[in-house]
Amino acid sequence: MFQTPPDYPAWLPQFLNELTRLLGLKMNWNDFGPVLLILWTVVIFTLIATAAITSVTFLVLMERKVLAWMTQRKGPNRVGPWGTLQTFADAFKLLFKEDIMVDGQDKFLFTIAPAIFFLPAFVFFGLIPFTDQLLAVALPAGALFVFAISSISVVGIVLAGWASNNKYSLLGGMRSAAQAISYEIPLVMAVLAVVLFTGTMNIGQIVQAQQGGFWNWYGILLTPLSLVIFFVAALAEVNRIPFDLPEAESELVSGYNTEYSGMKFALFFLAEYASLFAMSAFTAAFFMGGYYSPFGPFVMSLISGQEPAQMTGLLQLALQIEMLFWFILKTYAFIFLAMWIRGTLPRLKPDQLMGFSWKFLIPLSLINIFAIAIEKYVMLPPANGKTVLQSLPILNAQTVMPWAGWLVAVSVVFWLFFVLMSRLLSEKLEARLARR
Amino acid sequence: MTISEIPGVHTEQGLKTEDLVINIGPQHPSTHGVLRLVTTLNGEVVKDMEPIIGYLHRSKEKMAESRSYFQYQPTLDRVEYLSSFYDHFVFVTAIERIANLKVPKRVHYIRMITMELNRITSHLLWFGTFLLDLGATSPLFYAFREREEVFKLFEDLTGARMMYNYYRFGGVNADLPPGWIAHCRDFVRKMPAIIDEYESIVTQNPIILDRTVGIGKMDMETCLKYGVTGPSMRAAGVSQDLRKTNPYACYDEVEFDVPLGKHGDVYDRYLVRMAEMRESCRIIEQCLDKIPGGDTQNILNKQAEIEAARQAAKEKGEDPKAIPDIDFDWQTQGQKINLMTYKPPAGEAFVACESPRGMLGCYIISDGTPKAYRMKWRGASFSNLSVLPELMIGNLYPDLMAIFGSLDVILPEVDR
Repeated sequence: MFQTPPDYPAWLPQFLNELTRLLGLKMNWNDFGPVLLILWTVVIFTLIATAAITSVTFLVLMERKVLAWMTQRKGPNRVGPWGTLQTFADAFKLLFKEDIMVDGQDKFLFTIAPAIFFLPAFVFFGLIPFTDQLLAVALPAGALFVFAISSISVVGIVLAGWASNNKYSLLGGMRSAAQAISYEIPLVMAVLAVVLFTGTMNIGQIVQAQQGGFWNWYGILLTPLSLVIFFVAALAEVNRIPFDLPEAESELVSGYNTEYSGMKFALFFLAEYASLFAMSAFTAAFFMGGYYSPFGPFVMSLISGQEPAQMTGLLQLALQIEMLFWFILKTYAFIFLAMWIRGTLPRLKPDQLMGFSWKFLIPLSLINIFAIAIEKYVMLPPANGKTVLQSLPILNAQTVMPWAGWLVAVSVVFWLFFVLMSRLLSEKLEARLARR
Repeated sequence: MTISEIPGVHTEQGLKTEDLVINIGPQHPSTHGVLRLVTTLNGEVVKDMEPIIGYLHRSKEKMAESRSYFQYQPTLDRVEYLSSFYDHFVFVTAIERIANLKVPKRVHYIRMITMELNRITSHLLWFGTFLLDLGATSPLFYAFREREEVFKLFEDLTGARMMYNYYRFGGVNADLPPGWIAHCRDFVRKMPAIIDEYESIVTQNPIILDRTVGIGKMDMETCLKYGVTGPSMRAAGVSQDLRKTNPYACYDEVEFDVPLGKHGDVYDRYLVRMAEMRESCRIIEQCLDKIPGGDTQNILNKQAEIEAARQAAKEKGEDPKAIPDIDFDWQTQGQKINLMTYKPPAGEAFVACESPRGMLGCYIISDGTPKAYRMKWRGASFSNLSVLPELMIGNLYPDLMAIFGSLDVILPEVDR
């Protein structure tokens, strides 16, 4: 059903063969598969990571611009054209800041904590399928690996909080541990719905399963609830408002990074935005069709009349750029949403945060998985080749089947989404006020 | 050895926990000035709290005994820097009461307009910083947008944006500049819609509700016990507003409601302050309609008019003295007083007004010299702050920010 995303593109050995022939050597690079794989992974990962760090500096600027726009201010507009060099100026300034070490700090842990915090954000970039070829590692259990890795940043925060010799930081670190443990569960369970549909944890294959228009994207019709749960949990995972409890600058005086200055602080800052980018990218990949265009075929296919797999040379390059465009567009839509939420919502309390996860999100994601299982049973053919609907004699017509299945699925999901969400999430104001 | 036998780790009830003593402030972003709260936390639950004040002591009461009244007056701006019109008002009114000065009606109206505008700016800043304490950043910037408009009005009127020093004994420093009333009316007309905008982002926000509803409840007994006044008291359902119960200036000539809460929690304090801004707009609009003398009442112009009329009468052969002098009842009478050497007669007076934070009082004993014999201030923030430990104990650490923010304490007013 799925093509495995290529470990390395077919042109790579040919290219290397030509190169070595020019050098006077006769080598068949096709025989060196593992070497090529490592080479390609390193090249692509370096490329993506470099682009990502640049993109993160842009995110800082974007956040300031978006928030300024929402609060009717101007934002940075002095350094460079339209203030575009502002974050570079900030980074330059941070480089020259004094690296303060307070008495009584655990110097070793204090120093490595930002690096540990940064690690998962960096690893994420190797797993993001930007296009079908611009993907550093196509892990068979990629989706699982993402969540396994994402917990590591908590270690960084807890260490930073502990090593700072500051009570605010300590509280921030403790909050972070509780928060990460609570929100990991709905995050994984939301993706479980997608894994149920596709039957694979390979992120590239999950994206492939959504090709052919926005009605095939999981987040639109099939599992919209999973999309919501995933995005909310992802916001908590990357400590964004309203879940920015570890930082909580007005309560904990920036929490775990109170004592950090200069580049160590910048690392925390950078990692936070890198994680935000990565989590938005995963939301786009899991639920919004990744690099596929929203209206069926790619623009490049429409222009050239060729299938994506048949394209070669410059046309393939153009197709890759188009895929990248769609992916980045979707990712930035989610990043913008996160910034929008930051402009709107205040911060929760720790007990409410825990309650929201354990009493609301986790039960909801369990119900969601149950509904998805029913939906899949009704809609997609099980191993014997016929869905429940197809085995009914009255509906046994090829044209009716997909539509009937679709209708049932949509009604199940939408009932869940609207009835449950409206009941549970937005309690009536009066009822809420009557609790006093 | 079981885990419960390890000393210091386990108790019979469960894991042994240690209390965390944390000094919140004086530089903490949520203490709005320099307040130190020595807080004992058990986990994130506040077990004990003691506010420690005095880092900002301005010795305002002692200062009054070494300066003449007029020299002392400009320093008053720094007492409650968010609504300094009120400090000036009680100070000036106390002097007027001692000296039995008659204040023209127009001056009363100008004072009412400026004080109500000042209430709006003060509540706006409270709105922004309170929500900033809860983690929402946007409302702060929205609030500053409108504050800026009022500051423009104040700048036109007094020449200053925050430290006004505009009121004088028996009057005000200068009359309203031309066109000021129209600008003020524009602002007051559009302000209710802007408050709607604020409310749309805050009032029914589920997270705001979760963080404020039922938090920091204060009933009438607590309010009376600690002397809490102002919106914090009215949120508990106590209808106590000096503008209604003990009208000063011309507050008995305007119509307005006193917004009341029911439960006395943080959310009600928020609602009361938002409603008060609307009521302030109502009061200002009525004042602008009723203000005697209309748009502007420039003394020099008036003097020139009278001189011209007298000259014309003289040329016609009539008696120029038949044309009356300037009717000083319309004027800013304060300009007739020589301020630098002003000596009120011996006597004493206590004047209180309803400041944005509650009852603000000034007690002056005059011995007939240019300096006060004794002066005492009653700041609302001092009493409002004293109730904080009672509200806090047993609540969570983040609630501290919500509750402390909702009391709207200004530290210079606490330490005076």
